[in-house]
Amino acid sequence: MRSYLVLRVVSKLLMPFILLFALYVQFHGDYGPGGGFQAGVIFASAFILYALIFGVKDAGAVLPRGILRFGIAMGVLLYAGVGVFNLLVGGNFLDYNVMAKDPSHGQHLGIWLVELGVGLTVASVMVTIFFTFAGHRDRPQE
Amino acid sequence: MALTVLAIVRIRNLFAVVMLGSIYSLLAAAMFVVLDAVDVAFTEASVGAGISTVLALGTLALTTDREKKPIHTKLVPLCVVILTGAALIYGTLDLAPFGAADAPVHKHVAPTYLTEAQEKTTVPNVVTAVLASYRGYDTLGEVTVIFTAGIGVILLLGNWRRERQPGDDQNA
Amino acid sequence: MILEHFNYWIVVFLMMAGFYIVIAHDNLIKKIVGLNIFQASVFVLYISFGKITGGTAPILAEGITVYSNPLPHVLILTAIVVGVATTALGLALVVRINEAYGTIEDDEIQQAKEKEL
Repeated sequence: MRSYLVLRVVSKLLMPFILLFALYVQFHGDYGPGGGFQAGVIFASAFILYALIFGVKDAGAVLPRGILRFGIAMGVLLYAGVGVFNLLVGGNFLDYNVMAKDPSHGQHLGIWLVELGVGLTVASVMVTIFFTFAGHRDRPQE
Repeated sequence: MALTVLAIVRIRNLFAVVMLGSIYSLLAAAMFVVLDAVDVAFTEASVGAGISTVLALGTLALTTDREKKPIHTKLVPLCVVILTGAALIYGTLDLAPFGAADAPVHKHVAPTYLTEAQEKTTVPNVVTAVLASYRGYDTLGEVTVIFTAGIGVILLLGNWRRERQPGDDQNA
Repeated sequence: MILEHFNYWIVVFLMMAGFYIVIAHDNLIKKIVGLNIFQASVFVLYISFGKITGGTAPILAEGITVYSNPLPHVLILTAIVVGVATTALGLALVVRINEAYGTIEDDEIQQAKEKEL
């Protein structure tokens, strides 16, 4: 893959736009189609594209495995943490009404945070799955 | 879509099968747009046609891309499939007509979601509101499933054992 | 009558095609593709339930009164992503099986197992 100049240049050009689009989908999901699940997948696809063109090793340097595993766990923790936070503040589990001064703002904030958690987990899991599949071949046979 | 699926049944080259699967997903996404489910179409296009194709191709690279000629007779599976299909079609006769506004599905909780979501959550996209707020428990469970699947893939294919003991390579 | 249920019949056909692939083929990757087809047909069924003639996508806006049902959309949205995660797990298992037995054909794996015993 290293010799395809067009692919390398085009993918480098596309990367920021894909990432930007993913962020747009993530944070505009309240008002238009989109949300954490889609954003996570689009975000992951940007890195998968990078890994396809430049090789898994280079992509792994951009996004080290430690960060990915941290992201996998953090997403779920953020989601559950929002629920536990609501318990502590005095509401029910995952009942966002109590998170801000008035219920509807609390709901919005809760949905925003939860979607962020979903996006984080989905993106890291997808990238991790791809990296493990692609990196598997290099593993020495036992 | 039906034609694509028939082709998938016939073709034994797995590379072509995976590509046809991707086309099938894309057609499904187009169908979701027609059926007013934009969020779902979005997901299907990126996940079904994108990620799962890449993963399936990755598996092909690690295994083989030829399917061997099946040795069993195909008569028994065909009979089972036709019987099940006939039973299901008999079942669809009791369903409400396609697109009817008074179908039982639309009478239960959906009107509440549609009328309340805006003022209660200030989020105009009802799908997002229901996903994250009304059915927050479900979504938490699903995120956990994805989490578990990710961990499972790492355990099955990852080289975490080597990572822990870097000196192993010389000994082996 | 035919038009009213045509969508459901297509779904049944797709579902049965996926089912046929799963039970009639020995190749594990093809089985997983068959499962995905089955899965997608269920998605189409759910979204068909949610459709209301003359309705629009359930994103609230002024001047629109008829929306399609958001509930099936939510269920399927999450189901798609969970589906791909579980598919990835299945493919990972296939890779490991290929390493252990050197084949991804169901009957050959059976033979290899019997030889070991």
